[in-house]
Amino acid sequence: MTPTTTPTAPAPDRPPARSRPRRRWTGWGFLAPFMTVFALVFVAPILYSLYLSVYRDQLVGGTSFVGLENYRGALTDPVFWDSVSRVTLFLAVQVPIMLFLALLLALALDSGRLYGRDFFRISIFLPYAVPAVVATLMWGFMYGTRFGLVGNVNDLLGVTLPDPLAPGVILASIGNIVTWQFVGYNMLILYSALRTVPHNLYEAAEVDGAGQLRVIAAIKLPALRGALVIAAIFSVIGSFQLFNEPSILQSLAPNAITSGYTPNLYTYSLAFSGQQQNYAAAVAIIMGLLTMVIAYAVQLFGMRKAV
Amino acid sequence: MGTPTPLRSPRPRSRSAPGPQGSFGRRPSVALTLVTGLALLYSVVPLIWLLINATKGQESLLDSFGLWFGSDFALLDNIAATLTYDDGVFVRWLINTVLYVVLGAGGATLLAMLGGYALAKFDFPGRRAVFAVVLGAAAVPGTALAVPTFLMFSQMGLTNTPWAVIVPSLISPFGLYLMWVFAAQAVPTELMEAARIDGSGEIRTFFTVVLPLLAPGTATVLLFTMVATWNNYFLPLIMIRDPDWFPLTLGLDAWNDQAATIGGEPVFHLVITGSLLTIVPLIAAFLMLQRYWRSGLTAGSLKG
Amino acid sequence: MNNRASRAAAVGALCLALSACGSGDDTAPDVTAEDVATALEEGGEITVWAWEPTLEQVAEDFEEAHPGVTVDVENVGTGDEQYTALQNALSAGSGLPDVAHIEYFALGQFTIAGHLVDLAPLGAEELEGSYTPGPWNAVQGEEGAIHALPMDSGPIALFYNQDVFDELDVEIPTTWEEYVEAARELTEADPDVRIAADNGDAGTTTTGIWHAGGQPYSVEGEEVTIDFTDEGTARYTDSWQQLIDEDLLLPVTSWSDEWYQALGDGSVATLVTGAWMGLNLESGVPDGTGSWRVAPPPAWEEGDTSSAESGGSALAVPMGAENQALAYAFIEYANAGDGIRTRIDQGAFPATVADLESEEFLAIESEYFGGQQVNQVYADSAANVREGWAYLPYQAHANSLFNDTVGQAYVSDTTLAEGLADWQEVSARYGEDQGFTVDTGD
Repeated sequence: MTPTTTPTAPAPDRPPARSRPRRRWTGWGFLAPFMTVFALVFVAPILYSLYLSVYRDQLVGGTSFVGLENYRGALTDPVFWDSVSRVTLFLAVQVPIMLFLALLLALALDSGRLYGRDFFRISIFLPYAVPAVVATLMWGFMYGTRFGLVGNVNDLLGVTLPDPLAPGVILASIGNIVTWQFVGYNMLILYSALRTVPHNLYEAAEVDGAGQLRVIAAIKLPALRGALVIAAIFSVIGSFQLFNEPSILQSLAPNAITSGYTPNLYTYSLAFSGQQQNYAAAVAIIMGLLTMVIAYAVQLFGMRKAV
Repeated sequence: MGTPTPLRSPRPRSRSAPGPQGSFGRRPSVALTLVTGLALLYSVVPLIWLLINATKGQESLLDSFGLWFGSDFALLDNIAATLTYDDGVFVRWLINTVLYVVLGAGGATLLAMLGGYALAKFDFPGRRAVFAVVLGAAAVPGTALAVPTFLMFSQMGLTNTPWAVIVPSLISPFGLYLMWVFAAQAVPTELMEAARIDGSGEIRTFFTVVLPLLAPGTATVLLFTMVATWNNYFLPLIMIRDPDWFPLTLGLDAWNDQAATIGGEPVFHLVITGSLLTIVPLIAAFLMLQRYWRSGLTAGSLKG
Repeated sequence: MNNRASRAAAVGALCLALSACGSGDDTAPDVTAEDVATALEEGGEITVWAWEPTLEQVAEDFEEAHPGVTVDVENVGTGDEQYTALQNALSAGSGLPDVAHIEYFALGQFTIAGHLVDLAPLGAEELEGSYTPGPWNAVQGEEGAIHALPMDSGPIALFYNQDVFDELDVEIPTTWEEYVEAARELTEADPDVRIAADNGDAGTTTTGIWHAGGQPYSVEGEEVTIDFTDEGTARYTDSWQQLIDEDLLLPVTSWSDEWYQALGDGSVATLVTGAWMGLNLESGVPDGTGSWRVAPPPAWEEGDTSSAESGGSALAVPMGAENQALAYAFIEYANAGDGIRTRIDQGAFPATVADLESEEFLAIESEYFGGQQVNQVYADSAANVREGWAYLPYQAHANSLFNDTVGQAYVSDTTLAEGLADWQEVSARYGEDQGFTVDTGD
């Protein structure tokens, strides 16, 4: 990513700084604490990862320099690519559904036509405060077809719902947990963006006799563009790093969630169970690059479309 | 809702009237409310499930209907058992979590505040590169960092200590972004200039003039970093081995796994009650502080 | 200790650039039996990583017997989680415990890299003959090295719910043929009942193969053979495949809440597993009090009494531990001294011959199992464990790949035999990546 493409730079608000340039080093003084810690917990490990990724350490034979061998291995590793396509599918289905739901809810909140709007807003947002671990443990209990809520519903209605933990269904079940956790959060981000729309725009629209749908299309959606792009980028990063939910559900559905189910789970299994830290470093670096490319593409697409 | 809070958005009123609804004044619609109600149910039913099942003992936990109370009402017993089980280790985990949140989220907010202010209000060499680098780094998967960070930290003797969790929590790319956007609008350059003319140093200006203006943004960042550290799982999973330093998330997971121990006692009812106790403080914080974080969020979600 | 020098150097360089670092010094001088005695007198502090619950009491007693000694028992996770933590600490060369709890099947990954202290010169060589052959073989290394002291063992037995069999009027099976037949009868009599719960578990499968006389693994130094096509393995897969195909197994994952529930409410009628399960039934399935009984494992041929082990674990001292002498003193107390008694009283199943043969131990009547003298059954099984079984030197990681491969037989059209072939392939590939010479029998 180059500086000129900084996706989320607050362009409209940059003028104050630019109008009166103080090209001095004072700014670094304020930024230094952040950047120091950043160097320690991000830059140093990334450099170290790069270093690790060109070695190989074996139980028999020890450590040797292997150049790009680990990268070549990863690029042709079917387990790795399976996991990438799995999170890509997740990304392609779950993220749009979640953001679309969040968008509808934000528009509903903003329409001024809800009874008890504040109650809705805070209640739908609440799951965001639930730790992923707790959310997954909780849904894991509910997903049980024998004693869980799904089992209860089956017994009560005499139906047979698909087992949420079955291999073909579990990705959707994970998607459900993630959607549950984050739909309210995204709704709030979008709603907050809607609230910044200048009021006189609506008044003008009303004078012009525009209907609700027209107002949404002409005023609200364009106003949401930036917020949607940010939400999408963070969701892309989140999907590609999917770990907590599958990792905890694994103990309930070991055959469905394999050791290389998501790229993150795969690197964890390689590094910590398999002691292949060097190979894991290479896989993780490739994954990081992929994530950046896709996040960048989402941003480009989002910005261009709006022009 | 509807009345501006004292710390309310510093944005000029002409652009965003804070009080009235940002749309036509319409009559509430029953249909829309009902449809939105479905989303509400989706969000709330699992929490209700949690609440109801926290009232059941290990025995009736699984043989009673999930969304209704069991034969026993053991909520208080369960809470007491959760707090005292294994010599009160849950309380220890709670204290650890609070420690991680106060130092981790507090520190992250402070760093983001200083950094965001610098990015918004100063022009300096490399300024534009900083954010790209920070956001780019945020895209690197946690596991890529986990192994090398772990090896580095253990060389430094930091693993299995609170620092191993706190230090990495100090960086919040999203917090930096939010503070940047917020500081850009909230701190009038003229005000800084006036302070400088009065002979105030940069540090004094920051603490006396800028800090109060950043308050709503700070509250927002604090809440989000609090959630992030409160919910942290992956990092402590790798760094902490001594249960005495577990945060709640790791402790609950350990309890859940305990059933798999030879001679281990299944304590799923405590997992459920513990989960409930874990989310209550966060939900309370969100509810109590909502007027602060809402205005900060509004600023942060500005069209880019 | 081994070839981590270059990596350590790199970390060191990074550390210099960053700030103060600890140093991972793992060249401790050799410790002898005399040092052990001195250490006990001098006192000190040791850290024990173990998930075995009975050790807490043992540690307290040990502290009482030796004033000045502090034993800190930490449960850093069960099985794999602990091995991961231990591997990490070993790679990093810091944060090591003085004593580590390791299951027999996982010892290999630590010994192959020279990560465990040889306990023989510390006094362990005198203990030859104190333990039953299975566990004792498992802790032996090359050239008389002793890598750990056996803590418990898991001779298999058939745990069955007598009430369910009575109610549905089905005979208790004594052979595997009868077992499959009983499985059909039980489910026919009550569609909610299954003979066993199995959703794919590496330990269950390897133990089953062991019991059936299979020997898929053999290890000689750096040469490893993996072959799941032998007769014993086929015997196991043939009968177990029938249970899967006819839907006679409850597809519930071991140790989950549903699994415990199923053991308590009679929907699962039997378990063939290690003797330690008795303690788990007592603590995890209180509803089953009085219903469950123990019998010898079903035989593969009528009259055959041979048995196998499931699980079982030992205590070891990792290389680089700070207080190795005191660590050994504790291990000896726990696994060869007074600690055994304490652990038996809490329901643990020992690996020491003297205790297994003691009248007192054998005569204990278990209230949970309706007054049955269950130790008698376990001890018989322990004496008849089939010899010649070996695990891979990286079994723990191989087990983590079990559900990716063999597990698929439980959720798809893949057969057990196909699943085992896949498992063989990924295990072999990992072994080769790690520098072993792997022979897969083709």
